[in-house]
Amino acid sequence: MSDIEAFRNDVRDWLDANCPKEMRDGAGGEENICWGGRNWKFRSDAQKLWLERMAQKGWTVPAWPKEYGGGGLEKEEVKVLKAEMRKMKMRSPLESFGIWMLGPALLKYGTHEQKAKFLPPIARGEIRWCQGYSEPNAGSDLASLQCKCEDKGDHWLVNGQKIWTSYADESDWIFALVRTDPKAAKHDGISFILIDMATKGVSTKPIKLISGKSPFCETFFDDVVVPKEHGGGVNAIVGTINRGWDVAKYLLTHEREMIGAGGGGLLGGRGIGEVAANYVGVDERGRLCDPMLRAKVAQAEVDGWAFLLTMERLKDEAKAGQGMGAKSSMLKYYGTEFNKRRFELFMDASGADGLEWEGARSEDGKLAKGWLRTKANSIEGGTSEVQLNIISKRILELPDA
Amino acid sequence: MPLILTEEQEMLKESARGFLDEKAPVSALRKLRDERSEDGFSRALWKEMAAMGWSGILVEEAHGGSDFGFVGAGVLAEEMGRTLTASPFLSTSILAATALNKFAGDAAKQEYLPKIAAADIVMALAVDEGRKHGPANTAMKAEKSGNGYKLSGSKTFVADGHVADRIIVAARTAGAPGEEPGISLFLVDAKAKGVSRERTFMVDSRNAARVDFDNVSVTGDDAIGEIDDGHSALEGILAAGRAGLAAELSGAAQRSFEMTADYLKERKQFGKVIGSFQALQHRAAHLYTELELVKSVTLKALQDLDGAFGMASVTASLAKAKAGEVAKLASQEAVQMHGGIGMTDEYDIGLFMKRIRVAQEMFGDSAYHADRIARMRGY
Ligand SMILES: Cc1cc2nc3c(=O)[nH]c(=O)nc-3n(C[C@H](O)[C@H](O)[C@H](O)COP(=O)(O)OP(=O)(O)OC[C@H]3O[C@@H](n4cnc5c(N)ncnc54)[C@H](O)[C@@H]3O)c2cc1C
Repeated sequence: MSDIEAFRNDVRDWLDANCPKEMRDGAGGEENICWGGRNWKFRSDAQKLWLERMAQKGWTVPAWPKEYGGGGLEKEEVKVLKAEMRKMKMRSPLESFGIWMLGPALLKYGTHEQKAKFLPPIARGEIRWCQGYSEPNAGSDLASLQCKCEDKGDHWLVNGQKIWTSYADESDWIFALVRTDPKAAKHDGISFILIDMATKGVSTKPIKLISGKSPFCETFFDDVVVPKEHGGGVNAIVGTINRGWDVAKYLLTHEREMIGAGGGGLLGGRGIGEVAANYVGVDERGRLCDPMLRAKVAQAEVDGWAFLLTMERLKDEAKAGQGMGAKSSMLKYYGTEFNKRRFELFMDASGADGLEWEGARSEDGKLAKGWLRTKANSIEGGTSEVQLNIISKRILELPDA
Repeated sequence: MPLILTEEQEMLKESARGFLDEKAPVSALRKLRDERSEDGFSRALWKEMAAMGWSGILVEEAHGGSDFGFVGAGVLAEEMGRTLTASPFLSTSILAATALNKFAGDAAKQEYLPKIAAADIVMALAVDEGRKHGPANTAMKAEKSGNGYKLSGSKTFVADGHVADRIIVAARTAGAPGEEPGISLFLVDAKAKGVSRERTFMVDSRNAARVDFDNVSVTGDDAIGEIDDGHSALEGILAAGRAGLAAELSGAAQRSFEMTADYLKERKQFGKVIGSFQALQHRAAHLYTELELVKSVTLKALQDLDGAFGMASVTASLAKAKAGEVAKLASQEAVQMHGGIGMTDEYDIGLFMKRIRVAQEMFGDSAYHADRIARMRGY
């Protein structure tokens, strides 16, 4: 037996012995995610136990080094672990912006002290992070951000506003882009800073989404004092002062890969064809009763499957431990556009029933709300148009307008 | 298995590119077309392909082949897609070799595989009878007669049909058109009594023929796969052909895209290169993304053919569906973004559009394969 097959057997045995049965229903969806954090209320004992056991093993972040709370696994091993979890329909023990975004950025740009302080609590689900990038006047043109950060000798003083900060009201810390040099060219005066949300002067105000929920906020910084060091030798700024844009961009490639992957959707969830057959029925030959819908669904399934294989291929191509750079824009673009298309088809198939917004029958408009939420996929993390700009410039090397 | 090429396959790709750029560039196809070449391909080139181990890419070493597997064959097909190389590679080295390897008896293997590896033979697969692909619609008759069968009927869109020495033909030994059971495959001498062939000049200047069979005698020994259950063998052979065509389409589409991206950086209007216009940038970026998806599905289908031949039929359909659709888009965008020059015969881009049109139609277009996947998935 090859090493990897032996590893697969061990993984399977361990997972089977340790994953509570309530966590084996394959349930995805925002309401079933375990986000962790100081204020986290576990939905069940099983959710808590599952997180603790996986964190103990380092498998909430299997690819991270062991010394920072990870599993220290090789790329192939991570693939095996994920595949086995999927086969047994296991829920992810923990998801968070710390895992998806800050962690990879710290691993690349952080000092040992920063990693040692911040990574293990992310891995254990103890500290929940949010992302302070966008501002009212800095969206697609993110580098025009204005949130002010002044050097006051022993501390930084932060003043300004962020917007669309997902889960800011539930998060413990924020990683934010701030302007440390107002005189420099716009990309050159930005720093990447870590701020405890409990600090005096930080406040949040939820914004309601068209999908009904309000998971994102305006975040205000009023004379917020940020110590230069969060404890001995732990710099509050990641990377070099005024070079925060490098960190910001690198983090975005991870964010985009992750958002794009959400568009796969086919893995955990049911196929579009299966759902549609359930809603509109099949004829005597076993085909969807609505032939026009059937054609669209079949084409979408071809594209969805091709997209999943592309994620797999790009991961296989990327060197171990490295991201995929500008190619993440491609996954972000296609995956989110695909996810929107998928939900449009669900809505087409579900007809009038899918339009109910309240009540038990529709689980309080679960489908309709999910459909509306997907519309943000091609906006958050950089719009589709911005991704196409990046592909044009970075990959195709087409000139600026 | 990781969804990437091995080092060996990468090397094959590199050497193929060098060889084809030198020996069989697009201008070679143009020449065959303009000279109205009788064969429709260069026999000298076909022989050189044998020397390189290409014609026998799917043939075991014991039979003189290089036994590189389907991924290797796909790598070559993709490279030939980039140069629009005309050769019997698809008909003989992929389709016939697969039919023989997987479904023929030892005698037939002994006889034909070494000839394929040596490029001493051209073989063709004759399936379709109507405008659109549909193996189950086979109506051609194979009537029992003594120890053997008599074949009668007409085939169309037979790649390399007019130059083939042997033709593998699908005929009905039982059942009715529309049914999968009752089909059988026979290996027929193209010069046998009752076979008549018409070369059909196609839009892509590549070989195709209509072949009529009028009471052509074959024996049970000429069968490939099981009598009455030739459909399952046929699906296996077609899976190889579809994956090969997907690879070729991928190569042709990539090349058209490269030519277009280059043109965007070179052509100036309004005092700027046209590639600086966002309207074109976004379309190019979208197309790039779609082409990346095509690479993934194609490689997956080829790997499945090597690793789990019996299961590869569905990913081969996936590859053909995706590659056909995207290649069409690539060729359309290529002509549009070239403007007037894209419409000229002298410029190569039109030749890509023509080949892509034909290759996406052969053995099922995107709609056919999307429908097939839907049926397999139970809707
Ligand atoms: C649900 C959700 C969650 C989010 N979470 C966070 C978060 O946690 N943290 C955070 O910092 N931000 C977050 N965002 C913000 C998100 O990153 C921004 O909304 C996004 O970058 C777009 O900026 P904008 O809203 O200002 O739109 P704009 O930049 O004003 O864009 C408006 C339109 O113009 C187009 N456009 C703009 N520039 C160009 C161009 N150069 N070429 C072509 N078209 C262009 C855009 O594509 C878009 O269609 C979130 C957004 C959403 C919807």
